[in-house]
Amino acid sequence: MPVSSEQESYPVAQFRKTYFEECAELLDALQSNLELLSSGQEDDETLHAIFRSVHSIKGGAGAFGCTDLVAFSHTFESLLDALRDHKIAASQEIKQLLLRASDALADIVNAARLEHQLPPNFAADTSAAMLDALQGAGQAFEVPAGSAAVETKSLSEQRYRIRFRPHTEMLKKANEPLLLIRQLRKLGVLSTEVDSSSLPALAALDPEAAYLNWTFTLDTAVPRGAVQDVFEFVEDDCDLDIELVEVAAGPVEAAPSDAGGAVATAVAAVSVAQSIRVDVDKVDRLVNLVGELVISQAMLTEQGLSLPADKYPQLIQGIEALAQSARELQESVMAIRAQPVKSVFARMPRIVRELAATLGKEVRIVTSGEMTEIDKTVIEQLNDPLTHMIRNALDHGIEPPAERAAAGKPRQGTIHLSAAQRSGRIVIEVSDDGRGINREKILAKARARGLVPAGANLSDDEVDDLIFLPAFSTADVISNISGRGVGMDVVKRNVQALGGRISVRSRFGQGSSFSLSLPLTLAVVDGMVVSVGGETFIIPLVAIVENLRPQVSEIHPVVGRGHVLALRGEYLPLVYLHRVFSISDAIGDPCRGIVIIVQSENAGRVGIVVDELLGQQQVVVKSLEANYEPVDGISGATILGNGRVALILDVARLHEIDIRGTAGRLPASEDSRTEPAKDMIHAA
Amino acid sequence: MQPDNKPAAHFGQDAAVSENVQQFITFTLGEEEYGIDIMVVREIKGWTETTMIPNSPAHVRGVINLRGIIVPIFDLRARFGVGVTIPTNMHVVIIVAAGTRTVGLLVDTVSDIISVDPKEIREVPDMGMPVEDQFLEGLVAIENRMVTLVSLSGLFGISADSANRTVPQADAAVAA
Repeated sequence: MPVSSEQESYPVAQFRKTYFEECAELLDALQSNLELLSSGQEDDETLHAIFRSVHSIKGGAGAFGCTDLVAFSHTFESLLDALRDHKIAASQEIKQLLLRASDALADIVNAARLEHQLPPNFAADTSAAMLDALQGAGQAFEVPAGSAAVETKSLSEQRYRIRFRPHTEMLKKANEPLLLIRQLRKLGVLSTEVDSSSLPALAALDPEAAYLNWTFTLDTAVPRGAVQDVFEFVEDDCDLDIELVEVAAGPVEAAPSDAGGAVATAVAAVSVAQSIRVDVDKVDRLVNLVGELVISQAMLTEQGLSLPADKYPQLIQGIEALAQSARELQESVMAIRAQPVKSVFARMPRIVRELAATLGKEVRIVTSGEMTEIDKTVIEQLNDPLTHMIRNALDHGIEPPAERAAAGKPRQGTIHLSAAQRSGRIVIEVSDDGRGINREKILAKARARGLVPAGANLSDDEVDDLIFLPAFSTADVISNISGRGVGMDVVKRNVQALGGRISVRSRFGQGSSFSLSLPLTLAVVDGMVVSVGGETFIIPLVAIVENLRPQVSEIHPVVGRGHVLALRGEYLPLVYLHRVFSISDAIGDPCRGIVIIVQSENAGRVGIVVDELLGQQQVVVKSLEANYEPVDGISGATILGNGRVALILDVARLHEIDIRGTAGRLPASEDSRTEPAKDMIHAA
Repeated sequence: MQPDNKPAAHFGQDAAVSENVQQFITFTLGEEEYGIDIMVVREIKGWTETTMIPNSPAHVRGVINLRGIIVPIFDLRARFGVGVTIPTNMHVVIIVAAGTRTVGLLVDTVSDIISVDPKEIREVPDMGMPVEDQFLEGLVAIENRMVTLVSLSGLFGISADSANRTVPQADAAVAA
């Protein structure tokens, strides 16, 4: 007998988990649809979508005995119902109320998930306001009857014939047909027929298999959707056919939209799943396996290239085909993990609303590009830095309404949150139209704290960068929202840990814009393989602009700063990789080696001097930190076709390391490693 | 190492004898013999070329690919401050679990497995040792040899109480 896994032995816990996962998605959907509604999109579709979200949350809540949740969502739902029937107009007050209700609903769901007890009168005012609105519209409000969420719509009776054949799978997931039958019975008058013809003799009976199938006849007033909902959790594991047989005598009303197609689509009742829910671990395993496959494939390719092509034409062809398939496979697998940033963006409006209320500011948030997709690993890490940045913009950026009015700005501040894909990276921007960075104040503070030497002359950008220093805050009054100086340095660290960069642009009095640039995935990189004095490194292809071997006349020394390369009227600093990394036996002469021009967000264009280009390859990024520690100038490691480890360069850091090193490179001792003075400002 | 002193046989016997006995794998650096808790040792492999880590301290020999995992190799001789190992094919890397991390220790040879009653472990005297105290857990006399027990927690900055028989669970602090 197969040993049932832990998950299967705790089906309720598993359902609960699934339910709350769905709730999170539903709440996100609710939130974004409410945003649409607020922005004036008041069509039926939006209203229906909002209603559906709340309705689904309520439905599941009953099943798990979350009474607070059922009560609140019922009120919420009633209000939405009246709204979509146009019995209540979507006025500005109502929209505000809905937003408040959705925030409260999110809290209640969260409390239910964590099994926390909410204060007794939690969201009572919101509930009361919703009831008032309903009563004002002359809507009868029915108290929900227990946990069974029954549609309150008046409909004439209909008869459904439901053919239900559970698969063995369904039983394995601890779904009990009897419970479903009971659930159906709550919907109306039910007669049940069971077909036991496929039941084998007792000796041949597998107690875990499914042999029975049922035909139900249900007379009910609920729409087809509600009948379908009974089978919601099992519909992938059974044959289900819900057929509208006849409409009982009586006044025939127009069928509601969700029961509308029932007659015509009797056969195709089991909805075709547009998406499946897959355990993240399974996907991650797949990603890892594909990673290994790509490494093996690279090894084969390397071996294959050393063979005479005319002797083994088919082998070479096969290797090429394999390389192609491996690459496509990898892209497809990575696409599975890609998610729109919407899931993170959707949480931000609420943060803005709540914080704005606390701070007494008027702020709206405008998002764009929320369908931009990035890898799950990146998305997960995005929430905290983004929240920090939004809070920061609200707290430090946007001024109080009176101050804004005095400055000739609209009282309501605006925060723009946008995402876009740019050359293999995702760029997320948080910009506000607030007061901008007060450079004098920042500089004064930095001087006072000894972070900047007294005589140092910093450029505007350098001053702006000071806000990323640890323990730095310019809020005059320390609030409990931000301003404890634990903000932007943490954001910077988080973002850097993701292989991303953060930069800020600001105009005093007009606002600031923070820009995050992140890799699309943390798992694979297209790289240029280069060698320096016997060592092999990978330079991410996205950073490379061009490769060239310069003439001696194009290299110019700059006092105290090494060399620059004159390239089409531009002077690019040269970074000698062997010098930055203290590698002996390197060629070291750009005119005999190769200069790779790279572009990075914060360091501009730089020429990296290496010995030789070895080729171009897609590499699987492995963590160096997992067993070692972060290394400045290195963003990760990978395994080459020959089984050797190669390090992946963090090109944006190289120039800085070089400058620092020239200023006084410390010997390779422990002291220089443990605490790289990354964030200290060095006077030029 | 005597032929009748095979590690495997040794292991079986002693595990049955006493619960209090702690086992150590011993290895050499030059003339000195050191021991490391057997419970943290994952495998022992021959020296292979490493990939250097730029600007790392002298005792970091670089990283190797251990079946898809990037594992740093530390030269124990350099870590102890008694020179730098010039590795050959005869040199050995002991792969150990240090906290949540997997690291390799480059040593000269692996010699034996010894069973030690914790009561027999003596403190490291203050004087006369070229190696810093924090790396050492104690001394033990086996027949006519003296074995210095190495402290992984000292080497990798892991809280000391977790370094004993169980695999340490503590967060791996930054390696010194």
